[in-house]
Amino acid sequence: MIELNGIRKAYRTGANVLQVLKGIDLRIGPGELVSIMGSSGSGKSTLLNIIGILDSYDSGEYLLDGMLMKGQTETENAMLRSRYIGYVFQSFNLIGFKNAVENVALPLYYQGVSRRKRHEQALAMLDRVGLKEWAHHLPNEMSGGQKQRVAIARALIADPKVVLADEPTGALDTRTSAEVMQLLTEVNRDLGKTVLIVTHERDVAAATQRVIYLRDGVIENAHLDPKSLTTAMDGVRVVNKPAGDVR
Amino acid sequence: MFDRERWAEVLESIGKNKLRALLTGFAVFWGIFMLIILLGAGAGLRNGFSYNFRNTATNSIRIMGNETSKPWQGLPPNRRIDLEEADIDALRHAIPGIQHISGQYRVWRGNSTLRYGMNTGSYGIRGIQPEHRHLQHQTILQGRFINEVDEAQDRKVIVIAEDCRQELFKGGDPLHEWVSVNGIPFEVVGLYAFEAGGMERGQRSPVYIPLSAAQKVFNAKGLVDDITFSFADASIAGAKQAEQRAVHTLARRHSFDPTDERALWVNNNVENVGTIGRIFDGITAFLWFVGIGSLIAGIVGVSNIMLIIVKERTREIGIRKALGATPANVVGQVLMEALVITGLAGWLGLVLGVFLMEGVASVVPGSEFFRDPTIRINVALWALFALMVAGALAGFIPARRAAAIRPIEALRHE
Repeated sequence: MIELNGIRKAYRTGANVLQVLKGIDLRIGPGELVSIMGSSGSGKSTLLNIIGILDSYDSGEYLLDGMLMKGQTETENAMLRSRYIGYVFQSFNLIGFKNAVENVALPLYYQGVSRRKRHEQALAMLDRVGLKEWAHHLPNEMSGGQKQRVAIARALIADPKVVLADEPTGALDTRTSAEVMQLLTEVNRDLGKTVLIVTHERDVAAATQRVIYLRDGVIENAHLDPKSLTTAMDGVRVVNKPAGDVR
Repeated sequence: MFDRERWAEVLESIGKNKLRALLTGFAVFWGIFMLIILLGAGAGLRNGFSYNFRNTATNSIRIMGNETSKPWQGLPPNRRIDLEEADIDALRHAIPGIQHISGQYRVWRGNSTLRYGMNTGSYGIRGIQPEHRHLQHQTILQGRFINEVDEAQDRKVIVIAEDCRQELFKGGDPLHEWVSVNGIPFEVVGLYAFEAGGMERGQRSPVYIPLSAAQKVFNAKGLVDDITFSFADASIAGAKQAEQRAVHTLARRHSFDPTDERALWVNNNVENVGTIGRIFDGITAFLWFVGIGSLIAGIVGVSNIMLIIVKERTREIGIRKALGATPANVVGQVLMEALVITGLAGWLGLVLGVFLMEGVASVVPGSEFFRDPTIRINVALWALFALMVAGALAGFIPARRAAAIRPIEALRHE
């Protein structure tokens, strides 16, 4: 589903060049549930952005579902994002003046689905994440866990092949984190989506099938067993800061 | 354009910032409002002046005799030039493309007494030829104007206007009645519409008799006071040429220097109308310039605000892009918001401006300087067009800015 060969990415700020990704080789098969870990500045968010076609890369090649992602126009990118990828963000990124069902229906709007159909499908999806009664509430009337479930419903509405989650539990407490992870696991198991989660938290990573560990822009371990995580992480100091991801 | 979702979002965005939208819209409203008022005032001035020309054929030249100022072939200067009946025919043959020509003889150079029964009135008696009615746009209300037969047979017939009918006939039917003009009976054959306006305001109407009869009855010795003619080529060049031909013809017949500008008094209406027309074209262009200028100030305001809105909504636009919005979607949204604000405000300005000018037009009486300050529909449509261009321009830069937002902005944690 996702194939990365020798991906390199650098950011230029004035005279400084910051090499963020220094040659990433990675394969993620369809239906996998994978987490990406690594300390701040290890490049894991940049990697997720490249996989999500939100950012470009300097060299190497990225194949999504067998297609080379290079040199598309912004309009083509919009189409690819809409067809292939659902995003879940740390800070939910719901649109504040739209209620839950409108937020969930938004990706369908950009696919040209009629208003009535959008509404029906969005309601069904909200029902699936257990928020049907909250359909007409605005985001600021909901708890963090509810908001993230709305965001997951929105990520799923257009039936993407891949769901990308960037610190999905970063702004949630332990109990709601577990709920959200439960939901993402179900998305993977019941809907067969490829799910990729960037996280700091061992609990979150432990709920996935495979952990990819990133350090200083290279993959240190692409097949870390989540069960061994506690022991494997012993030598690694994970700085858990929920915000301020350095890219 | 008729996308309900987009409308909903545009209205939502405007509704959330009513005061901002109001202030922004006001600049555009004011721009269009001023444009309409300026153009209306310009139209009022133009209408006022063209009203003065309403009764005269605009492609006509009027010539009167005057006094020479240069010696010519042994003749001394300061000779009086008197036009004659024979000059009319000479001009008729000399000027190519001539349409109508008429001499005019003003009996006793002033007012004469008209009498019907016990009623009398004082009127200017004009001896004219039948074609006069084309040169002065005379409207016949009753009966007929002086015709060819009247002229050929020196008939003692007379055409009067309404004020004369009131005075002599006390509103009764004047046709085929005989009135005495300085003691000589004339038969009333027609009633024409006399509009006092411009320089003639407050004057009494002239009454018309055939030039031939005037010559005979009032002993004019073949002289005429002025000759007016119209011609086919109404261009400035055509008018100049006709004028020159006329002057040369008369110079030969009356032996004066054709370059002597004092020998004849020539009023070339094409030149008059052309000059005034150019002045008003200039004024109108200037008014457009000023109006468009104030409109541009409004546009810059809208553009500015839209830039701020785009900046404010960077994150939201990023999210939308991550969810599959194309650059065209984003551009469309911003453009439409700008168009809705400018369109609505501008339309309001247009309507209010037109209403105000219509109001002024109905309250302020028309004069020879200002009359009917309403703009024509095509001008209003042009203003609307300018408005739509304004809206599109106002939205253009912010929309491009919005389209350039990278969706990665949305992912950046705050």
